[in-house]
Amino acid sequence: METVNITINNIQLEVPKSTTILQAARMINIEIPTLCHMKLEDFCIENKPAGCRICMVDVKGRRNLVPSCVTECTEGMVIETSSPRIINARRTVLELILSDHPFECLICPKNGKCDLQSLAQELGVREIRYTGEQSTYRMDTSQAIIRNPDKCIMCRRCELMCNTVQTCGVLSAVNRGFMSVVAPAFEQNLDHSPCTYCGQCVAVCPTAALTEVDQTSKLIQALADPDKVVVVQTAPAVRVTLGEEFGMKPGTIVTGKMVTALKRLGFDYVFDTDFAADLTIMEEGTELLNRLTKYLNGDKSVNLPILTSCCPAWVNFFEKNFPDLIDIPSTAKSPQQMFGAIAKNYFAKQLNIPREKLVVVSVMPCVAKKYEAQREEFRVNNDPDVNISITTRELATLIKQTVQDFNSLPESDFDRPLGESTGAGAIFGTTGGVIEAAVRTAYELYTKKPLPKIEFEELRGMDWIRKATVDFDGLKLNIGIAHGLGNARKLLEEIQAGKSEFHAIEIMACPGGCIGGGGQPQHHGKSEIIRARQKAIYEEDRRLPLRKSHENPYITKLYEEYLGHPMSELSHELLHTEYFQKQPEIIIEND
Amino acid sequence: MSHIKIKLHENQLQFIKDTCKEFNYEPGELINILHKLQDKFGYLPSEVQEVVANELKIPTAKVFGVVTFYSYFTMVPKGKYPINICLGTACYVRGAEKILDEFKKQLNIKVGESTPDSKFSLNCLRCVGACGLAPVVMIGEKTYGRVAPDDVKKILSEYQND
Repeated sequence: METVNITINNIQLEVPKSTTILQAARMINIEIPTLCHMKLEDFCIENKPAGCRICMVDVKGRRNLVPSCVTECTEGMVIETSSPRIINARRTVLELILSDHPFECLICPKNGKCDLQSLAQELGVREIRYTGEQSTYRMDTSQAIIRNPDKCIMCRRCELMCNTVQTCGVLSAVNRGFMSVVAPAFEQNLDHSPCTYCGQCVAVCPTAALTEVDQTSKLIQALADPDKVVVVQTAPAVRVTLGEEFGMKPGTIVTGKMVTALKRLGFDYVFDTDFAADLTIMEEGTELLNRLTKYLNGDKSVNLPILTSCCPAWVNFFEKNFPDLIDIPSTAKSPQQMFGAIAKNYFAKQLNIPREKLVVVSVMPCVAKKYEAQREEFRVNNDPDVNISITTRELATLIKQTVQDFNSLPESDFDRPLGESTGAGAIFGTTGGVIEAAVRTAYELYTKKPLPKIEFEELRGMDWIRKATVDFDGLKLNIGIAHGLGNARKLLEEIQAGKSEFHAIEIMACPGGCIGGGGQPQHHGKSEIIRARQKAIYEEDRRLPLRKSHENPYITKLYEEYLGHPMSELSHELLHTEYFQKQPEIIIEND
Repeated sequence: MSHIKIKLHENQLQFIKDTCKEFNYEPGELINILHKLQDKFGYLPSEVQEVVANELKIPTAKVFGVVTFYSYFTMVPKGKYPINICLGTACYVRGAEKILDEFKKQLNIKVGESTPDSKFSLNCLRCVGACGLAPVVMIGEKTYGRVAPDDVKKILSEYQND
């Protein structure tokens, strides 16, 4: 490896060629503040438009300061990172950014979690010497995400996620100079754009220019309503991240404390989306085996590969970008919606109350789930199966208002019957988890033999696209996994071209899967946090006594008492859905 | 979820598609494609941008970003007589801003807009290379030099009967 010798603040070091000054400084614990820069190491995602000019440093021999995030080290370079000139320049730049930023910190949804706020604190800004015009833009409240461009600092992180990583192409910098803003085409609302609501823009936004639609007030109202029975379901990826909001180490599992906190918040029943994940496996796994059996018997009309359908952003993505492929994904609803359907139809009956009296709340690592819950097909007489969907962050806010010390809460168990789950449901929260859970069940149903080994290492990891062949007692099943919608696009293009070699593909929209979701505690560009969450997901799986969905006794009971069998008529009615083509349509006008 | 509908005449659609093809559907040729389309249509409405994005397989937001970045491109149809006021240094110091204000007043439109009858549109540009005639106004291909605010009414009246 070719290296260069440099000097930073009188410290000499040797670094690989093409190392940036910022990287080199961090190797020797020298802090250079940054703002627009973001690097998700594990995913090879780097945002460095060098736009904010906060990371400026002095290179000997150069007249002007240089941005350290994009300037590569060269042989003999002598760098200074904290001279009065530099400190003054950084402060001036920050004051100029702040001079066009609303001073609403006290009532801002990002208060305490804002990168701009932290930087102002770090640089010790106590006054702003500049006053000038303030940008004013229209707020855009969509079904899941709120855009408040007044708070945008043009770091372009969202643009990178939306275009390069997710290939949705919704957000772009438009206009020029002082008027420039990040917006959808024609500055339309997000609801009128190809947005999938994946929320990765929200996950990386340093300020509150992009936030989720807050539903906590609506939830507090519902909890206080004596006429309502309020049940909650918590997604698999929430229990491994919620602790971060209370200062715990990333990857801390807080399942029991979370259940206690939810009970104290006043939910009548605390249930688990993992239960619905087990149910999803029964339906989706059976659908896979049905399609596969037909295919093996020579029926060429059958659609393979089968694609998972748990992720609402992913569903949105193929509806909007691949309308010709809407027959390929599994028709199984997502666990959130399966839970809603079972709660409103089966559990409400058990309680002997009408479905309208039951309020179903979901706690999700996701902002797209807010949108999913509002989809037309998931409501009966205008009563949605899932009434309120909040993110991990919103739950943390609620807990902070009610519980004195989350960290020292005792642990509780989920309520029955919709709170019982297996390790297969638990791993839904990570990329590779849904398909591993499906394989665990499909293997035993297909071969009628017990699994020789429960953990499928070949399906795990963080690589963007993974391939594995699983041996179903002689039948070789080719499995593909992609996370990040840009990677999903690659696999879909293979299918369109007739070149796909897979029988089944798992897709999750967010990097890392739900553990990296848009509703999770802010990772501030540290991808090691997402890695720690993944480790915790697999730990949670190992901790559970049952690890295959079809062994969940309450799932067996549900089929015996109510649904009949997987893919039954009632299952179709309650647990399966359909997809819609949503591409722009060109209409030819005649004279 | 709204369903976006793009309405275009068949020959317009064909012209856009042919232009994209002529440039080999190369995203790097976006600016040249937009130039050619603006020459043809006089402006770049959202429908045109949607089709270009679709043909080049790039996000519409990116096309819109380029259209709104360069001041040459416009999403507003130009009037029959496009008025361009030079605001280059020479014209500016010789009072071009007052000329511009007078045009705005007379036509009752802002910069970048067209009159409701689509007769005039008003825009600014930077230096037409006739600094000796400053301040300069162009209406269509015709150039007016050493314009004073009092001349504006008279200049516009030339187009009154058209």
